[in-house]
Amino acid sequence: MTILTGAPTAHESAGCEPDYVQLLTPEGQRVEHDDYHFDGDDDLVRTFYRDMVLARRVDTEATALQRHGELGIWAQLLGQEAAQIGAGHGSRPQDFIFPTYREHGVALVRGLDPGRLLGLFRGVDHGGWDPAEHNFGLYTIVIGAQTLHATGYAMGLSADGLVGSGDVTRDACTIAHFGDGASSQGDVMESFVFAATYDAPVVFFCQNNQWAISAPIERQSRTPLHWRAPAFGFPGVRVDGNDVLATYAVTRAATDRARAGEGPTLIEAYTYRMGAHTTTDDPTRYRSGADVDAWRRKDPIARVLAYLRSRDAVDDAFVAALEAEADDLGADLRHRCRTMPDPSPLAMFDHVYAEASPEVEAQREGYAAYLAQFELTGAEGDR
Amino acid sequence: MSKVTLAKALNAGLRTAMEQDDKVVLMGEDVGRLGGVFRITDGLQKDFGERRVMDSPLAESGIVGTAIGMAMRGYRPVVEIQFDGFVYPAYDQIVTQLAKMSYRSQGKVRLPVVIRIPFGGGIGAVEHHSESPEAQFAHTPGLKVVACSNPVDGYWMIQQAIACDDPVIFLEPKRQYHGDKAELDLDATPDPLFTSTVVRRGDDVTLVAYGPMVRTALAVAEAAVADGRSVEVVDLRSLSPLDLGPVVESARRTGRVVVAHEAHVNLGMGAEVAARVTEECFFSLEAPVLRVGGFDTPYPAARNEHHFLPDLDRVVDTVDRAFTF
Repeated sequence: MTILTGAPTAHESAGCEPDYVQLLTPEGQRVEHDDYHFDGDDDLVRTFYRDMVLARRVDTEATALQRHGELGIWAQLLGQEAAQIGAGHGSRPQDFIFPTYREHGVALVRGLDPGRLLGLFRGVDHGGWDPAEHNFGLYTIVIGAQTLHATGYAMGLSADGLVGSGDVTRDACTIAHFGDGASSQGDVMESFVFAATYDAPVVFFCQNNQWAISAPIERQSRTPLHWRAPAFGFPGVRVDGNDVLATYAVTRAATDRARAGEGPTLIEAYTYRMGAHTTTDDPTRYRSGADVDAWRRKDPIARVLAYLRSRDAVDDAFVAALEAEADDLGADLRHRCRTMPDPSPLAMFDHVYAEASPEVEAQREGYAAYLAQFELTGAEGDR
Repeated sequence: MSKVTLAKALNAGLRTAMEQDDKVVLMGEDVGRLGGVFRITDGLQKDFGERRVMDSPLAESGIVGTAIGMAMRGYRPVVEIQFDGFVYPAYDQIVTQLAKMSYRSQGKVRLPVVIRIPFGGGIGAVEHHSESPEAQFAHTPGLKVVACSNPVDGYWMIQQAIACDDPVIFLEPKRQYHGDKAELDLDATPDPLFTSTVVRRGDDVTLVAYGPMVRTALAVAEAAVADGRSVEVVDLRSLSPLDLGPVVESARRTGRVVVAHEAHVNLGMGAEVAARVTEECFFSLEAPVLRVGGFDTPYPAARNEHHFLPDLDRVVDTVDRAFTF
């Protein structure tokens, strides 16, 4: 356990290796850790590799779609594939995921059609998928708000008696995703307080990608983020966020612990956002190319491929087939994005309330009548 | 049931709702062992246990945010915000999350969360303990906002709010918690929740109020008899949606409307009532719709609140003005 007395003399910065759980080096070599172990086989590693490649393709295609004006904005995940795919596979289907707006990789693992992610960024809806379908919540744009929802839902799981029975197919937990920027938000602190005091089965999964738009991690914290957890009374662990074996193993351990009724865990996945925060900002204005190059050498996908190749667990045919699958996914996303219909104007009046409000209904009727005038004019004009 | 105060009526309403649906849970600061600082939840933790009546950490955003998660899990949380001025730390969760989840999910997520807020002044409290934030919530699509004014409504409205599948901001006039008692008929059929109601018939002027001002409005109507004026009093009860049917019907008969509330007048509920009544029955009006309320200052120090709050004299004065046009 790290000694928690006193602040570090200097915050770790890129280039200075932090102390974290790592099971696969950037060169693709397996290493062991005292507390965390990867117990999967090569098939599982191949699945991780495939999912990371597809997640990167979703991200690349969506970024390109934004550049072509098809999406209003896109939140890029480039560089964070291992954190997301590892975390996604580290949960069980009955666990409920509360994402922020960048969890495209987790969504993919959860079986959510990647095309569903585009509506929010194209501006045809606010998400709109059914969270119950894949136990994957709606994207949350207000930073950190969902950490409280995850905690409350976890409190509900406890109240429902779905914790601590020892049945891994029955017991459940939640995972709250958030970033280093959100770690400064009061809601995240409050969720730590509630989760700890109610022993809620929630895993806080912080992807520390070093940047909150242009603000570096040094502007968020003088101490490593995972140090915060012991202060709230639960464990915090930092994991190499570019190592999918490690993020999987650490998440699996934390969710097992939560389901067993042992309370929350904070995971800090130490990674790097290789792209922009969203497609609207320009990272060259606020960070150096040297940093980015250093992190490029830690690429999460390259190291898994190197590992699999070293074991002859993939061959060129596998890689080529996966590339073709990614091409198809990309083509499908492009097509579906461009053909996504605009919502009907009257759809904006839907679902404001579960039980209809007479005021909203009156406005809907009024606007429908207003629009109908133009349709009438148009019809007359055609005669 | 014998005559009860608003506090007892709300307690009885919460108890009935909890008995009828085991998904109803209470959350908030001091709601358990203490029974709430106003004792509205008195005895409920003893009878329903700590799982259903949860003493929360002291964090309003956390209380509302976790209630959202509980509701997503199928519970019907009833949250107590200890005082009106303390709701602001939770404001973000209320307006960006609670109010919008149905819309965001295209109706797939429902959040039947009730946020109880003791609101309004007149108890001589320190800063932040006497505010009237209703317009801020009524201005937020996705929230329903109601205010009870008497024990009978308190008993029924809290149960109706809990049964509603939408988030409801439930405003309780704190200075009447332990005030006038009323007989509760447990077999009565209550008015629907989101409706306003005429609480005193009259012919000359329509006085619109809600929450703590209804009692004042009824006193004004009583006092006006001596002046030979017949005042009709409408209790809005629901601020969003706003049921102006009885107000408009009344305005067409009386030709004069006065709206009274404790909240700041500028951009308040009275402005909305005035605009819509004017739109609906312009040609029936003998005078502009007038408003009387708290001034557009922060809530003053307690020794000055009797000047800030519209009392009987100020409301009578405004009613008188309605006859000068």
